[in-house]
Amino acid sequence: MNMSDFSLIIPEIFMLVMACIVLMIDAFLREDQRDVSYLLSLAALIGTAILTWMNPSDGRVVGFNGTFVTDTMADVLKFTIYLLTAAIFVYSRQYLRARALFKGEFYVLGLFAVLGMMILVSAHSMLTVYLGLELMSLSLYAMVAFNRNSALSSEAAMKYFVLGGFASGVLLYGMSIVYGVSGTLDLERLAGYLSIQQSFNAPLLLGMVFIVVALAFKLGAVPFHMWVPDIYHGSPSAVTALIGTSAKLAVFGFFMRLLIEGMGAMQYSWQDILIILSVLSLAIGNIVAISQLNIKRMLAYSAISHAGFILLGLAAASPEGYSAAMFYTVTYAITGVAAFGIIILLSRKGFEADSIDDYKGLNVRNSWYAFMMLLVMFSMAGVPPMVGFYAKLLVLKAVIDQGMYWLAIVAVLLSVIGAFYYLRVIKVMYFDEAEDRSEIVANSGMHVVLSSNALLVLLLGLFPGTLISLCLAAIS
Amino acid sequence: MTFQYGVFLFFAALVVYGAAGVIVVRNPVHAALHLVLAFFASAGLWMLLEAEFLAIILVLVYVGAVMVLFLFVVMMLDINISETREGFVSYLPVGFLVGLVLLLQIRMVVGSGFFDLEQYLSPVLRPADYSNTDELGSLLYTVYVYPFEIAAVILLVAIVAAISLTMRHRPESRKQTPGSQVKVKATDRLKVVKMDALTSVDKKKKGDSA
Repeated sequence: MNMSDFSLIIPEIFMLVMACIVLMIDAFLREDQRDVSYLLSLAALIGTAILTWMNPSDGRVVGFNGTFVTDTMADVLKFTIYLLTAAIFVYSRQYLRARALFKGEFYVLGLFAVLGMMILVSAHSMLTVYLGLELMSLSLYAMVAFNRNSALSSEAAMKYFVLGGFASGVLLYGMSIVYGVSGTLDLERLAGYLSIQQSFNAPLLLGMVFIVVALAFKLGAVPFHMWVPDIYHGSPSAVTALIGTSAKLAVFGFFMRLLIEGMGAMQYSWQDILIILSVLSLAIGNIVAISQLNIKRMLAYSAISHAGFILLGLAAASPEGYSAAMFYTVTYAITGVAAFGIIILLSRKGFEADSIDDYKGLNVRNSWYAFMMLLVMFSMAGVPPMVGFYAKLLVLKAVIDQGMYWLAIVAVLLSVIGAFYYLRVIKVMYFDEAEDRSEIVANSGMHVVLSSNALLVLLLGLFPGTLISLCLAAIS
Repeated sequence: MTFQYGVFLFFAALVVYGAAGVIVVRNPVHAALHLVLAFFASAGLWMLLEAEFLAIILVLVYVGAVMVLFLFVVMMLDINISETREGFVSYLPVGFLVGLVLLLQIRMVVGSGFFDLEQYLSPVLRPADYSNTDELGSLLYTVYVYPFEIAAVILLVAIVAAISLTMRHRPESRKQTPGSQVKVKATDRLKVVKMDALTSVDKKKKGDSA
């Protein structure tokens, strides 16, 4: 380690300092001054975004004795995480206030979760991978339990905590075996060790399988998906948005660092596992989502099917496949934040708009927000010109380039099935009679951010070039 | 067989006995005590590896703090574990199968030769004044400074999460504010009222009788 290493982690240091400042200042605020914490948290996210924007990584730089790395992939993922989390903070202000959850701790824990995600996507050693993951997960467990008066929320938090702890245990077990065999925690040296092996012995394979299981759990891929619907349903919508979008980006970074960069040499061993996970996720996610009447549960199963698509890109095991998976993750996260934004917007004091019936006649109640939801649902279903179409196209192209035709066909068939439940939401919004005609109130900040978020889904679909080339540059 | 090997076998047997006891005994307090035994024996094993600092920390933190806290909780809550465990026997076949598979996997890993004694040389013998703690400290603050700081942040998050999830203001609860208690003066609490020894009523009575 030398002192110049500290200049690499300026965004992380800034985020940590800001989180501590919010924690301190919030303790001295009166109940009606809580907006100060909210504004400071937004400032923290935007400030970190500016810092990352101003100091883009020049190639790949490893620091702190091989525990930290920064490159274009880390920059892109981090930048998206900041902006999406800031958007979630803006959306959730009214929502939290109506539920008496508008507290400084929500923002402090949110910022710490973001710090954990930053550490995770910049990890270069199994040690930092694990610590980043735990920092993120611990903050999220507490946030899920944030609504203490709700039995549903407490149950979700308990399940998330126990299952998440179990997955961390499996991850550690796998890591310890791999460490025991290779003798290094550094991912680059691990890759070097693996690349000179003639064949992989049983302990290495077992360790790899344990690591893949933990990764699949965190991504919510079948058969490690059982937690996803309950946690999406039980958590406050603002927290669901964080788990469903920003955390997904971090988990993608987790996959890339540990499996692709660290254990890329074992490609022929993990490729088949990823293919099985991906086909199962696509099938279960899309088919079970059809029978869901709760929109948060529906989005949970849709997240499982999208996890299948991300795994499909990774299973292609080519640079194109990885960048397609990255493009998919980034665009899915942007779309997902907009979808949760609408759910949060329609909820009000004592009422969660989480049943699909609550969206009946949304067009009559507020045609602009109905249009926003239409864009989001079309994008998730993969209808051109929305960005979801390009994301699916790139992944399928990468899979076909590897000669896995049957896999592409299965994926297309299953996403056609999936289109049904997205289109049902649109049908309900535009063609059903509204039962609930109460007015939809959005403050101006939320209106602007939500509108630009949903329009971004359309805009990225019309001009996907920049983001695609960014994702390609990130992987090479 | 060297003396060290004998010591290793002794502590290893104790670890296995303690760990088995944790899940076999019926009384939760006894289970916690068995865990303490397992920790002590593991500390002994670490001592053999010349990791004195870790061994002492294991005893101080896990036995001294964590397990004592755990024992308090177990003793204070009157939970009849054997009642909640009723019907667990029906899971025995599944549990047995999973355990067997896991055992086979561990056998595969440990028995593969990668973790044999030939792979791991016994630690270099150091003079008595060699400080393990010094070495660890200088490593933690140089090579591992980044992970070390993250670990500190995780502890901070644990504090914030625990407080935000458990602290609640109940309107009916009474609390003390020591600051204002100290600042209080005698005049705030006690009011001395000057008045005649005889009240007006007494005076009236006197007048009547006169």
